[in-house]
Amino acid sequence: MNHNAPLETKIRIENVSYSYDGKPALRNVDLAIPARAITVLFGPAGSGKTTLLRLINRLNDLLLGTRMAGQIWMDETDIYAPEVNVSDLRRRVGMVFALPLPLPGTIRENVVYGPKLAGLRDKTRLDQLTEQSLRHAALWEEVKDRLDTPANALSGGQQQRLCIARSLALEPDVLLLDEPTSGLDPISTGKVEAALAEAKDKYTIVIVPHSVQQAARVADYAAFFLGGELVEFRPGRALFTTPRDKRTEDYVTGRFG
Amino acid sequence: MDRFLVQRIGYAILGLCALVVIVPILLVIGAILVQGIGALDWEFITAMPREGMKAGGILPAIVGTLVLTLGTALVAIPVGVGGAVYLSEYARDTWFTRAIRLAIINLAGIPSVVYGLFGLGMFVLFLHFGTSILAGSLTLAIMTLPVITSAAEEALRSVPVEFRTVNASLGGTRWQGIRQIVLPQALPGIITGVILGLLRAAGETAPILFTVAAFYLPRLPQSPFDQTMALPYHLYVISTQVPGMPLQIQSGTALVLLVLVLSMNLAATLIRSYFRRRRQW
Repeated sequence: MNHNAPLETKIRIENVSYSYDGKPALRNVDLAIPARAITVLFGPAGSGKTTLLRLINRLNDLLLGTRMAGQIWMDETDIYAPEVNVSDLRRRVGMVFALPLPLPGTIRENVVYGPKLAGLRDKTRLDQLTEQSLRHAALWEEVKDRLDTPANALSGGQQQRLCIARSLALEPDVLLLDEPTSGLDPISTGKVEAALAEAKDKYTIVIVPHSVQQAARVADYAAFFLGGELVEFRPGRALFTTPRDKRTEDYVTGRFG
Repeated sequence: MDRFLVQRIGYAILGLCALVVIVPILLVIGAILVQGIGALDWEFITAMPREGMKAGGILPAIVGTLVLTLGTALVAIPVGVGGAVYLSEYARDTWFTRAIRLAIINLAGIPSVVYGLFGLGMFVLFLHFGTSILAGSLTLAIMTLPVITSAAEEALRSVPVEFRTVNASLGGTRWQGIRQIVLPQALPGIITGVILGLLRAAGETAPILFTVAAFYLPRLPQSPFDQTMALPYHLYVISTQVPGMPLQIQSGTALVLLVLVLSMNLAATLIRSYFRRRRQW
């Protein structure tokens, strides 16, 4: 990330509140997520970070009994406007989940699943996307000789990087990751983090980390959430070394949470 | 009493129960095999019946049963699986879907003769299909639907919900997810339901009694509006309605019905295990 470049905002969250069955999960959150950097959303369980993540590609549309107020803008588009095509939005905003979830089928089939659904049929282009995505996810070297073997034969860490590659194959603008390394060992975690560091030149990455340590390791920008409210949002190093808010300081120094 | 003795007596009783389950099946199959095998020859399965069904073959009944089962499958599989997809993937939990589920459970418990009467009233008389393969197939299809629908819904629900989320997150529509992931994964379970439903349809007498079955019609059906003979009804006829019918012919007919149903079962099981091997997660 180039700190001297003018800060370009990719996603602007404006006064967003959200509740499940009347139980509030987010309260009046304002947040401007910078383009082509890693933004970390962290906080204790139930702080609303995962909810916010899932709002950015409208995955929470699948749930019933929820209520949302406020707006989320991506490149000057209100993503909750009625004319927005949700499938198109989700192609531009990829999502990686806490547990690796390869689809049934081979490694190649997993990577090209999204592009094929979008109507891409050209074999050469699909092959090119497969290699490019797997490279960006730092998995290519490990699987290039067995692309047509079952995806679930991969190790957990490889599966998770495959899931990242699967999202990248749609060439999204934004990649959301919800505790992507929570089920992985430290070495696999390191590989996933390295893959993210490499991908951030091209993508806007928003990640809910599985620990404060990880938050500090990967964050270009960090947002600390508590009880559904955004407490503090600043460049990562600044937030973790000199937190302004007492609650942030208590949390990152391990006094609670 | 010695607790080991109690345990041994317990085992003995349980073993006896298991034996009671299989002994009648073995006896039935054995008796039919012993008495009927002599009737089986090329003529028996390829010729028309002669001399008041006391000689010749049972070809029209075999063909009739195959045609009726095919007709049932053509109607019941798409409607049953379609309904299951709706219930499992699209329907929200409302009074309407609850009413549908309740109806399915109750329909599965209705005696087959009631379906026969319904088919007579609905298809034969009201819709003027007459006593025909069309009316009989539709009646059997309606009887089969609850079995197929509930088994297929169960199979669809057992596909992990995460696959649907992943599909959505990759820009897939709900239907794309169903088509690409959910249905293929649920296929073995759906096929099981289809087998169970169709086998029941193939062997039923009551639903076809008033809707399609001919007492004696020594020719092959030409159109969906023809009547036809069918194995279960033919068996009923030659066992109870025709005096002096040789036991060998009765048992031979039963044997053919049994083999037909078992081979359909076997074929479907092979198809199912083929798809199950292809399933990976």
